Amino acid sequence: MSADRGSVRDLYREVILDHSRRPRNYGAMDGANRSGSGFNPLCGDRLQLFLRVEDGTVRQASFTGDGCAISTASASLLTEALAGLSESRALELVDRFRSMAAGRSEAHEHTLGKLAVFAGVRDYPARVKCATLAGHTLRAALEQSGEPARTE
Amino acid sequence: MTAAPGYDLERVRADFPILREEVGGRPIAYLDNAASSQKPQRVLDAVNRVYETGYANIHRGVHVLSERATERYERSRRRMADFIGAGSADEVVFVRGTTEGLNLVASCLGRFALGEGDEVLLTEMEHHSNIVPWQMVAERTGARLVAAPVTDEGEIDLDGFAARLTDRTKIVSVVHVSNALGTVNPVSEIARLAAERGAYFVLDGAQAAPHLKIDVRRLGCDFYVLSGHKMYGPSGIGVLWGRKSLLERIPPYQGGGEMIRTVRFERSTYADPPAKFEAGTPNIAGPVGLAAAADYLEDLGFPAVGSHESSVREYAEERLSEISGLRLIGTAREKAGVVSFVVDGIHPHDLGTVLDREGVAVRTGHHCAQPLMERFGVPATARASFGLYNTRAEVDRLAAGLGIALEVFRP
Repeated sequence: MSADRGSVRDLYREVILDHSRRPRNYGAMDGANRSGSGFNPLCGDRLQLFLRVEDGTVRQASFTGDGCAISTASASLLTEALAGLSESRALELVDRFRSMAAGRSEAHEHTLGKLAVFAGVRDYPARVKCATLAGHTLRAALEQSGEPARTE
Repeated sequence: MTAAPGYDLERVRADFPILREEVGGRPIAYLDNAASSQKPQRVLDAVNRVYETGYANIHRGVHVLSERATERYERSRRRMADFIGAGSADEVVFVRGTTEGLNLVASCLGRFALGEGDEVLLTEMEHHSNIVPWQMVAERTGARLVAAPVTDEGEIDLDGFAARLTDRTKIVSVVHVSNALGTVNPVSEIARLAAERGAYFVLDGAQAAPHLKIDVRRLGCDFYVLSGHKMYGPSGIGVLWGRKSLLERIPPYQGGGEMIRTVRFERSTYADPPAKFEAGTPNIAGPVGLAAAADYLEDLGFPAVGSHESSVREYAEERLSEISGLRLIGTAREKAGVVSFVVDGIHPHDLGTVLDREGVAVRTGHHCAQPLMERFGVPATARASFGLYNTRAEVDRLAAGLGIALEVFRP
């Protein structure tokens, strides 16, 4: 395998595989006061995100949906990372995640915590949208646009 | 490299420069032919020759280059008429591809034949391009779409089809070979059923043209549409064949130059088919490349191409069936070119990425056939689709790549 095309294991890191097999915070939330839905028309992945926001802070996040390992794991890890973040911090996190996934910035990696595990996706242009679907959906939920978030 | 007797696979592969491209130090195993096929040198040369020796606008110049370009363009039309068994070159309309051809038929035949309460009969295995254009014309005319069911094997349920064919059915539009399943549909039988009800019969031949000998008069259809890029020709060019009497009666598609006889502000009159449907400066080099692709295919010969592809596809079905948790989607008795599958616990998109890293190109997704995916209860499938240059060794690489995916995703 040539140097410019690394191993597929660089993308499917153990943490990602673990969260795709056993997604955390999976399920609809009873006490949710925000929700958003996301759709990737390219592959048909669907995602529903539920949030309980109190005094401008995300207290709890969960999701349901059907998608590939990358989109499932990113939703799982994102819902973990959100708990306790203010709305503006949550949106900042999603922005930093998106620039990392798109390969626009490596500087943010250390500020992303566990989400930095998706850094490898930048070498897979066809998969960036799988990684960012949860982030798009979070934005839709927080901004309560009512419009489903789309990666296209 | 094992090939069907008399089929020189090594030589065929040598005709396609792109097959020498390497990914990760190995030649690419291109198994995405149902999406688009690669081009033989002969097609590339034919297109280049137009630009190098005979390019100008067609049908209107008095100068030598325009005459040459017109002559090559119209010769290509005659070549394509011959390729599909049309009675006359006037029945061959050049379009951008199958999608444009189907939009043209839906729009023009739809306005001609559909009224309030009429029905267009499709099947559950149609590509979006054979659904959405009909929906658009149905909205304008008050007609409705009806979809015939597909069996668990991925065949059209002919009883279900016949039951939905009524006196309200004015148009039947069906895919000849399914892009998502590879099913070769019993189109002569469908033509007979449609004719009994006096319905017009449209065939989407995008996936059939690279695999089967097309003979539009024997098929019994009224319109047939195909794409150049799926049959080793250039992209952006395709053929719409229609019965001459119908092409004469249906209204034109786009307005503009070339499709008119006279233009006055009060009213214009239209040219005869095929010019009536070819408004504006067309793709001039495309038809020449497409005709070269038709030459290439016929020189190899359809029985030979078809049997080689079948042997590779059957080998793929055999190898893939050995993989635990793999389910083939589409097990029709008659198939061409396509093996669609899902693997338990691994999303098709993830399979596609692992295979890509191994230099094996497949398509994953809904294959522009969302109603069909719904029918089979899957969001997407992985699809390996074979062309005349594919080998059993490439199937082995596909199987090995799937083995790696199992290792990654199933600890």
